[in-house]
Order: sequence, then C-alpha cells, then structure tokens
Amino acid sequence: MHPAGWGNKRKKDIIPVMPLSKEEVQHIATLARLELTGEELDHYREQLSAILDHVASLQQLDTSTVPPMSAVFSGDSHLRADESRPSLPPEQILANTSHKSDGQFKIPPVFEK
Amino acid sequence: MISDLTLLDATSALQRGEFSSRELTQACINRITALESNLHAFLHIAEESALTQADAADKKLANARRSGLPIPPLLGIPLAVKDVLAVEGMPCTCGSRILEGYIPPFTATAVKRLQDAGMIIIGKTNTDEFAMGSSTENSAYGVTHNPWDISRVPGGSSGGSAAAVAARLVSVALGTDTGGSVRQPASFCGVTGLKPTYGRVSRYGLIAYGSSLDCCGVLARNAADAAAVFSVMQGRDPLDATTQDVQANPVTLESESSLRGIRIGIPKEYFIDGIQSEVEEKVQAAINILTSLGAEVVEVSLPHTEYALPVYYLIAPAEASANLARYDGIRFGPRVEGSHLWDVFTRTRGAKFGDEATRRIMLGTYALSAGYYDAYYGQAQKVRTLIRRDFEQVFEQVDAVACPVAPTTAFSIGAHGDDPLAMYLEDVFTLPANLAGVPGLSFPVGFDANRLPVGMQLMGQPFREDLLLQMAHAYQQVTDWHTQTPNL
Repeated sequence: MHPAGWGNKRKKDIIPVMPLSKEEVQHIATLARLELTGEELDHYREQLSAILDHVASLQQLDTSTVPPMSAVFSGDSHLRADESRPSLPPEQILANTSHKSDGQFKIPPVFEK
Repeated sequence: MISDLTLLDATSALQRGEFSSRELTQACINRITALESNLHAFLHIAEESALTQADAADKKLANARRSGLPIPPLLGIPLAVKDVLAVEGMPCTCGSRILEGYIPPFTATAVKRLQDAGMIIIGKTNTDEFAMGSSTENSAYGVTHNPWDISRVPGGSSGGSAAAVAARLVSVALGTDTGGSVRQPASFCGVTGLKPTYGRVSRYGLIAYGSSLDCCGVLARNAADAAAVFSVMQGRDPLDATTQDVQANPVTLESESSLRGIRIGIPKEYFIDGIQSEVEEKVQAAINILTSLGAEVVEVSLPHTEYALPVYYLIAPAEASANLARYDGIRFGPRVEGSHLWDVFTRTRGAKFGDEATRRIMLGTYALSAGYYDAYYGQAQKVRTLIRRDFEQVFEQVDAVACPVAPTTAFSIGAHGDDPLAMYLEDVFTLPANLAGVPGLSFPVGFDANRLPVGMQLMGQPFREDLLLQMAHAYQQVTDWHTQTPNL
C-alpha cells in the first residue's frame, strides 16, 4: 500500500492573488529589518500587490516534472582547500566605522537590561 | 581631441609615442570635468591616483620602446569603473546612501586584472542603487543624463559607464549586468556592451545583488575594443567559486570578416506588439546586413520568453533580500542610532535604503518567507529551467540569436514616475540571457527620428563571446553607427 496520494501528480498550491494587507506588509518589513512609516507601508502595499499580481502568471505552468535551476553551472564546485590564510588586519577592518573601541566594533545592547 | 580615440587607436598612438599616458589621462579628466554638470556620469573622479598610475605607465612604455619589447595592449589606457565594483582605497557607494563613505580594502578581480595589465582607473561611474534599475534614476546621488539628449535617461543600471563611453569621456568602462544592465544602457547610449557568460568573469569584488545572475561586463566604442578588455578580465578566479575552467577562444577580428557558415536565429517572441516601430526596422535592417556578410537566418522560438519577467522579479529580489541583509550600520556605512541593536538595524536600513532597493528587499523577503517559498521562489526556479531549456534547444539549431535589446529607445527622465512595473518591462528582452546564463552583446544599428540610438542584441552559446564579438565586428566594418558622436 502506498500512502494516500503517492504517485499522483502533486497539486501545486495556487495562491489566491489578493492585495496584501497592511499587517502583512508590516510583517515583511519586520522580517527584512526595515523601519517604515505608515505612509511607506501603504505605498509598498499597493506596489507589491501589483507586482505579485503580475508574477502570478507563473502559476499557470505545470512544472511538476521540472527540476529547479538553483545554479547556472551545477556539479563542478570549485572549493579551495580548507587552510588558514592571513586575513585583513583589525585596523583595516575597523577603518570604515567610527563606532569602535579596543579593536572591536561598538554596538548598543542586544537585550533589555 | 585625444580622449576621442578608441582604445585600440589610443594604444597604437601610445606605443608610437605620439602622446603620453599622462596626457591622455589628463585629457579624459578635463573632458569629464567639463561635461560633468551636464551628464553626471561619475560619482567619484580619481584625478590624483589616475595621474600617478599614468606616470608609472609612461615609464613602462618608455622602457618597452627603448628595449624593443612588446608593449602590453592596455598599458596606459584610462578605464571608468561602475560604482558597484570595489577598488581599494576608492569610495564605493553602489549608488546608495547605505554605503556612503565606504572605502573598500580590496579590489575586484576583474578590475585588478585590468590594473595589472596597465589600465588606469579614472573614477567610479553612476548606477541605480545596487544596480537595481533601468535608468540610473534610482541612484541616491542624482540621475545620469543621456549624451544624445540630456532630457533622457542613459538606461541602467550601468548608465554612468554607458554615458561616459558615448560622450567620449573614456574609451572603455566596466559595467555589470544582472538583468540587462550593460546591454540596455549600451543600446540607449549608442555604444557596444558585452554581458559575458555567467561564470566567465569573476564576481569577486562585484558587490552582490543577484548572485546567480550577476555578471561583470564591458562597455566600449566598438566590438574590437570590448574584446581587448574582455579577453584580459575573463577567466577562472580562485576567489569566485562560480568561475569556470573554460579556455577562452581567442577573439579573431579580421578587417574583412565573412560570416559564412554562421546561423542566426530570429526568435519570434522578441518581435511583438508594443515595440517602437523604428527599433524593429533598424534591427531588421541589421539582420539583413549580417545576411549580406554571409550569415544564414532562420526563425526560431523561445516559447517561455513571456515568463522571464515574472521569474526574474522573484529570483533577483529573493537573492537581493539575502545579499542586502549585510547592510546593518554596524561595520561600514552610516549608522542611525538606537537604544538597542534591533533599532540600529531597522532604523539604519529603513532610512538609508532607497525606494527600489526597499521594494526588492520586501518582495524577496516575501517570496522566501514561510508558506510562500514553494509557490513563488520554488516555482520561479523551475520555470527558470524551462527558459534555459529553450536556449539549449535553439542553440542546437543556430550559433546565435538576434533581437532587439529593449522595446524602445531612451525614454525621458521621469517617464516611469512611480510605476515600478512599467520600468521592469524595459528589461523584457535582456532578462532571459541572465536567467539562462548565456552571453549577450548589444551594439548600435541606427537612430530613431529623434536621433536616439537603437541597439541590437546578439545572444550566444555559453562561452562563445568570441563569436558574438566577431559578428558585431564584421557588422561594424561595413557600417558607421558606432563612430557617430553626440553633440555636447
């Protein structure tokens, strides 16, 4: 006995194309670590909805037998030997910030005190 | 005017000692400075270091002339570099406020190879923010103007490089092409632009946008100049694992080339309603010239072309959302203060990314998020396979595909206002080459009624840039569109 549906063509989830809600846009902004104003959220809600509506045409294609293309050239990876190498000196690494102290980057607290 | 010479003509003149590299470099700097207020092609002009490098090149040239040794072909020639490629010690903004003041401690491999060959980095050119755009209007530092009509865009995202070459500020410039960003501005500005095969030129030091699509390319006055630069910068690089060990065919450019035996496919999906009629006419006329040079033309089909736009605008933003996660205000670039680390991240990113970068980060984040990954990103990757198969099948029948670069000639600054989809549609004919990983070349084939350049695109089999360059070179031997100069 095969599990139910085994061997059947897997039905693709068709996502209904609905405009994003302001809450969804806020959720995306949070995931992307972007602080946006209410006005900006409205602006992106409208534009992202239009773009998602356009890209929904991909859902028309049956790709159940098509493998994903995750790289242009697959197979022959060019990994180097895992050997330690000299890295940039700390003063060069720190040269692009004014927020530094004792050879380290300086940041505000990560957790509440 | 010596800044008006092509790369190969300037090379001959330098070798004969008609002028020095310092004189050539100074002439380019003078012309850049004189025209910058009209064009704004540059974000940084490296006058002092360029002149120092030119003096070093002049010493090498003098030594070579004295000893009768062969002179390296690029020695002493100024080069402009798109501001998404890192050059050690030179500001690199990617056209974004989030990298304002950033000075990379390393140099991109493609640039390094050209520097090692004696080229002089004269400055960094304007770009849409993180190479996201088709007009340079998305640069945080102001739009670049098209030298043929300064009320119009130069195309993008390598618009600064294209405008610089078209305006004879430099003979060659580097660009990058993730969805058409070398070819479309080359078309809009009437210059020759090569997007190599993915993996042909190292991406090390090319600040990442869409890693499976990004390519470093070259913009030049003609195919011969593009070939000279491309042949030096290409090749396997241990610092980029996706560069391939493929021996480059030497680009053989005869003064009287025959294209006998070459089969060119005309994809019917690229000649559709909505193309400006003059673009279609000029491309058709150019195909007729290639035929008169001996090429055989056949109609072919790339049936999944219409899906390239939706596939690209899922895959590129998805990759961008991951690549742009590194800009957090901690290690480089400006920081917007906050009482906690989270606030620093969100405030810096919210304030410093421009509109298009924010939009693509949001779109990509959504396409990769739980519950939507399979339907959006996963499906796009599968349809990308179908687009690549289209090309594989066509290249069993033909050596190259010929089509328009863009549906129209250069549009007016502000024409697409606040309509990102209208802007995305500018890329319909250039996106497929990036998705399939194949090389593409854009070169001028005429002008429209407003005297704006029209470009034609050739796409080829992976690693056959040599054939595309040879075809464009043969065309340029019997036409003079590429020698025409804008009135500035």
